[in-house]
Amino acid sequence: MSSVTIDKAAPTRTVKLGSMSRDRKWALRWSYFFLTLFAIFSLLPPIYMLVTSLKSSAEISAATNPWWVFHPTLENYVGLLTSNQFLRFFLNSALVSIFVVTITMLISVPAAFALARMRFWGSATLATGVFLTYLIPDSLLFIPLFKVFAQFGDWTGIQLINRWYVLLFIYPTLTVPFCTWIMIGYFASIPKELDEAAIIDGASWFQTLTRIFIPVALPGLIAATIFAFTVSWAQFLYPLVFTTSTDQLVLPVGIITTLIKGDVFNWGQIMTGALLGAAPPLIIYAFLMDYYIAGLTAGATKG
Amino acid sequence: MADVALRKVVKRYDDVEAVRGIDLDIADHEFIVLVGPSGCGKSTTLRMIAGLEDISDGDIMIGGDVVNDVPPKDRDIAMVFQNYALYPHMTVAENMSFGLRLKHYPKAEIKARVTEAARLLDITDLIDRKPKQLSGGQRQRVAMGRAIVRNPKVFLFDEPLSNLDAKLRVQMRIEIKKVHQKVRTTTVYVTHDQVEAMTLADRVVVMNKGRIEQIGTPNELYHKPATRFVAGFIGSPAMNFIPCRLEDVGGTLQIRLTDRIAFALPPARAARYNALPRTEKLLLGIRPEHLTESHAHLGPGVESFDTVLDVTEPMGMETLVYFGLDGTPVCGRVDPNAGAKDGAPMRLAMDLNNMHLLNEATGVVI
Repeated sequence: MSSVTIDKAAPTRTVKLGSMSRDRKWALRWSYFFLTLFAIFSLLPPIYMLVTSLKSSAEISAATNPWWVFHPTLENYVGLLTSNQFLRFFLNSALVSIFVVTITMLISVPAAFALARMRFWGSATLATGVFLTYLIPDSLLFIPLFKVFAQFGDWTGIQLINRWYVLLFIYPTLTVPFCTWIMIGYFASIPKELDEAAIIDGASWFQTLTRIFIPVALPGLIAATIFAFTVSWAQFLYPLVFTTSTDQLVLPVGIITTLIKGDVFNWGQIMTGALLGAAPPLIIYAFLMDYYIAGLTAGATKG
Repeated sequence: MADVALRKVVKRYDDVEAVRGIDLDIADHEFIVLVGPSGCGKSTTLRMIAGLEDISDGDIMIGGDVVNDVPPKDRDIAMVFQNYALYPHMTVAENMSFGLRLKHYPKAEIKARVTEAARLLDITDLIDRKPKQLSGGQRQRVAMGRAIVRNPKVFLFDEPLSNLDAKLRVQMRIEIKKVHQKVRTTTVYVTHDQVEAMTLADRVVVMNKGRIEQIGTPNELYHKPATRFVAGFIGSPAMNFIPCRLEDVGGTLQIRLTDRIAFALPPARAARYNALPRTEKLLLGIRPEHLTESHAHLGPGVESFDTVLDVTEPMGMETLVYFGLDGTPVCGRVDPNAGAKDGAPMRLAMDLNNMHLLNEATGVVI
């Protein structure tokens, strides 16, 4: 009898194992299918941009296969990279982004540390409030903000509107709340004993922040930096509203306003400009990718 | 090095009193262990000595100075945490020297102190590693090293061994004792483990519900507990508490446990308990090791009785036997060769010379 039960049990087990690995195989196939689909979906626009940027205006308007370059040319690249205007946009964008990232970090890191660690009256409410301000859309804010800067100009005589550096005051309203929120999460995930140990070791609050919290929460700090950079580099609405003179424009607005003349679209240069404009964030992502991924997951658990 | 004193120290969180006015004198070089169940206020007391918690009332003195409003860094204390709290981005040497570097000690002295502490704790080979490359026991050594290099007045340990496995815990317990024998720094050590408390302490402070139940040497607490709580908390398996009453039979004082079982008290005990009212509800406190197998010749004050065992637990060097006396579960310790079996009858002996008598209502040992 016992041998019969063993015989019965053995095949069931093998079938079960086989089906498990078959499930796994199918799961892999499906995930590759969807990943490929997603890759095609997200890579098509940049590929199209690249293809178009290598064409002459004549070829773009010709009725040929739009996905193939028959007479590749770098004239769009040469045209843009030798145009002072485009380089000016690029410089403005770079200046704005670097300053905004610096300002954001200088404000949000200490703010997050205070909100996460120094328990004071209303700190929890304040932390939630910081996040809520991030939820107000910029399309709702730009008119009141414009009024504020216009009024400020009337009262003080200091004209900020239509200067690239007005953006240094405006972008932090987007970046500071979110970065503070991210950093609160990271700081909160650092065990309480770590700052207590530092305090007993004789560290001041500031030393605890600079020598313990910032190094330990570095992945979070990098995630916040990338976020702030991406937001300021890609922001469109605010610079469109607040800057109008060509020499004050940043890249996204500059490309649109100077390369679209009425209903004439200079597609070749638009695509080239957009590609070149997308390069800096891409390069930064590529370098900090590992940190960024670690940063995205590290805050989730106490580790 | 210094003595530490607590005077009527109170900690209130809103409406809850976590620590309810405790007085404690810790002598220089002494190793004091605060022990009690979770929520008894032992960790809060330690954190108040460290300065990590404000005190709501009373005074804390270190080396004769009141330190109520002195920030932790100026109290000259060092603390070892349960989860080690090592700085993850620093090497072992950097972890240990962090406090000294903040105080701008000369580099040569920092190096000398770190080397000495590493040698003492046997972690010289690990000095350049990061905490994540260390095992739990090694991390705990580094945490102790960080305390030692500071050469503070007082060491504070907050359940330092709770995160280690049982074997390592025993090993580190001995390490801690050795380190204290070498550096002789006044130490306050918090644990919920009574074995740790008994083995490490010069004096043990048993806390319960924010109050000190009893302070004494490990032997005092074991043999002369003041309350039912201490009697039940110290010792494993715990002391048995059996409802009983006193009665006079033919001029001798007897203690009656059940309708069937009553023992004449030894003369010294009889004299001590004679004044008690015979109607009072009492508890007989007797440790398992004083409930053993019966012999043919029992000494004075040792009484035998028959019972039926419920469960036996062979431990190797002894066998624990469990039985009921009128519904009260009782544990005894018998010789492994005494033939104790589950469900079998057995004749046991109770050593009344080591009994305790408690007031059932107040829990005070009489």
